[in-house]
Amino acid sequence: MTDNSTKAKVEKGLARRRRNELIFRSAGMLATTVGVLFLGVFFFTLIQNGSSAFQQSFVLVDLEFSEDILAPDGELDLEYANFDAIPRNALRAKFPDVTSRSERRELNRLLSISAGYIARDMIEDDPELLGQTVQVWVPAASTVDMLLKGNIDREIVESLRPISDKQIAWVDELVSNERVRKQFNTALFTNGDSREPELAGIRGALMGSFYMLLVTVVLSLPIGAAAAIYLEELAPKNKWADLIEVNINNLAAVPSIVFGLLGLSIFVNWASLPRSAPLVGGLVLALLTLPVIIIASRAAIKAVPPSIREAALGLGASKMQVVFHHVLPLALPGMLTGTIIGMSRALGESAPLLMIGMVAFIVDVPQGLSDPATALPVQIYLWADSPERAFAERTSAAIIVLLGFLLLMNLTAVIIRKRMERKW
Amino acid sequence: MANRTKITGAVVCLLGALAFAQPAAAQSARDYIYIVGSSTVYPFTTVVAERFGRSSDFRTPKVESTGSGGGLKLFCDGIGVDYPDIANASRGIKQSEIERCAGNGVAEIVEVKIGYDGIVFAHAINSVDFEVTREEIFLALAKEVPGDSEGSLIENPYRKWSDINPELPDLEIEVLGPPPTSGTRDAFVELGMEGGCKAIDWIAELKKTDSDKFKAVCHTIREDGVFVEAGENDNLIVQKLQANPAAFGIFGFSFLDQNAEKVKAVAIDGVAPTFDAIADNDYPVARSLFFYVKKAHVGVIPGLREFLKEFSSERAWGEEGYLSERGLIPMPDDERRQVATDIKELKTIS
Repeated sequence: MTDNSTKAKVEKGLARRRRNELIFRSAGMLATTVGVLFLGVFFFTLIQNGSSAFQQSFVLVDLEFSEDILAPDGELDLEYANFDAIPRNALRAKFPDVTSRSERRELNRLLSISAGYIARDMIEDDPELLGQTVQVWVPAASTVDMLLKGNIDREIVESLRPISDKQIAWVDELVSNERVRKQFNTALFTNGDSREPELAGIRGALMGSFYMLLVTVVLSLPIGAAAAIYLEELAPKNKWADLIEVNINNLAAVPSIVFGLLGLSIFVNWASLPRSAPLVGGLVLALLTLPVIIIASRAAIKAVPPSIREAALGLGASKMQVVFHHVLPLALPGMLTGTIIGMSRALGESAPLLMIGMVAFIVDVPQGLSDPATALPVQIYLWADSPERAFAERTSAAIIVLLGFLLLMNLTAVIIRKRMERKW
Repeated sequence: MANRTKITGAVVCLLGALAFAQPAAAQSARDYIYIVGSSTVYPFTTVVAERFGRSSDFRTPKVESTGSGGGLKLFCDGIGVDYPDIANASRGIKQSEIERCAGNGVAEIVEVKIGYDGIVFAHAINSVDFEVTREEIFLALAKEVPGDSEGSLIENPYRKWSDINPELPDLEIEVLGPPPTSGTRDAFVELGMEGGCKAIDWIAELKKTDSDKFKAVCHTIREDGVFVEAGENDNLIVQKLQANPAAFGIFGFSFLDQNAEKVKAVAIDGVAPTFDAIADNDYPVARSLFFYVKKAHVGVIPGLREFLKEFSSERAWGEEGYLSERGLIPMPDDERRQVATDIKELKTIS
């Protein structure tokens, strides 16, 4: 009798429970779909905006290294010779009807200002070229590049475009003569920053980020690991240990700009280390990542079963031997994972760098830890704020590169965890 | 295992030692120019810096974008390689800043005016034509506006442009502008809002009798959602204007220049912000841009004198120079010549 009534009760509620189960399941699915959708839109727009930046338009010109222009008094002076005139004359030779001064100026603007530097570099490498003519692909100006990529509307009134009707006609003629082509934008990866979009690259920012992360990892990994080992294995468990633990967890949540202010007052103002240097940036980021690394390392050490320690101690190993021979090797994958995740957070930081002068226009690629440098996120910020149109696509391209590095680092963390982790 | 830990330890120590050994040597001299200051002047200085670095044997100057106030603060911290050589500013240096400089040993400062910048009030290219006076801008954006009787102030009641002046279109007032930390905001408030504020007689009187109240009335922007702080990024404002044809944005002339097919500027007091109108000083919301040089650093920091020469050359800041292509509005010929001579003689501000 009682059996039946219980069964009846269960059956009565069954439909409701199944319905709730379904709602629960679909809510979860909906949440995941929305998340994936946002991510998809983000990646789609990013790639749509940024992919064109990996290509750059080039113009084929016949550079005539005329002695009359470069060495009017018979001697070539690399510093003062009029190298800009070489590509300009080459372009003018293609359009013989262009005679007036203002038209010539418009024609000159089709080529990047780097064309003159290219001519100089060629002569510098091979002085024999003087007096000869060489065919070279030189970068087109960014307005021409934008026109060819369809980012400038040809239909609208001339005065509203950054490129004139005449210039469009010239570009079209060059295109029909197959003197314009798009090729891979190597400058984006080999150059430092520039205010000319066609010359701007992320090499300087990448090297800046690299040096900074080097300093960060060299400092925060050993210090973080040592602190974690001490706190887990050696420190007495009392209220002081609790206080330290609370403070470390708290530090991990402190806004990064605070670390920037700390870095400014301690490293730059007090220790008078150079402003804008990757060394200072790395020190600040080390402070930022230390709590993350300590927390991850402590979790990894805690996960090593006590039986291992006890067995080692039982066989007569000292505390230090237990830690270095048994606990540390087993906890290492977890500690490395924590470090990589901390590093990828450091790579994406820009706010603390603002305070120590790393938000700056720096053309030269940094050669060491004390050269002025920026970082990848800072470069993105600076480009996003530039008025020139062509920087919009380069901003997206730089974001793609940054995301690529973050993905790589996080993937490494996952692989280390999967391959080296031991299950007990 | 123990061996491996030893090697890792040694490598770590070595790297650490390297990291700290290097700066000591590198700090003793600086072979590049160090510039700080206004984010409005930044796009112009960086162009000169880059061309200077490419065409000369000197290294490319380092240009930090810190804002005018922050830049002058760093600039006035002292003399020597640790401190900037040049500070950019989108306003003139203040007396208090000159005194602070002098207190820190920076006694001789050379002021260089580089040209003009207009602050535009613009909206999407496809929206209705619009023309306002500065008084209308003040009435649209101030927190408190004059009430019915003289001397009374009421909370800004205007929601539509047609509420202010029946001849203006029947459009909600919505303005995107920079936050209070920006020099553009300062200049807009000073030239646009205060200019319109003065058109109301009894408030103009207030300037003489109670200048604090005058400032509070003229400089305070409404906080009821009509004026939206859109951040320092002018590109973002341009994008938002495109998406919303009813909205207006406040930003620098160079962004209007680069986005002429997306946004158009509103004529203020009957004058549109064109290159010529700003250069001739007809456009009411325009300001001068400056940079300041430490005289003591000239001749010590390599290339500083040559950099000044490049900046003040006709090919840079002239009528057809490369800076005018970037949206800098050049000074008239004789003023340019005068400033160039002053730079050459390193004439300091007294």
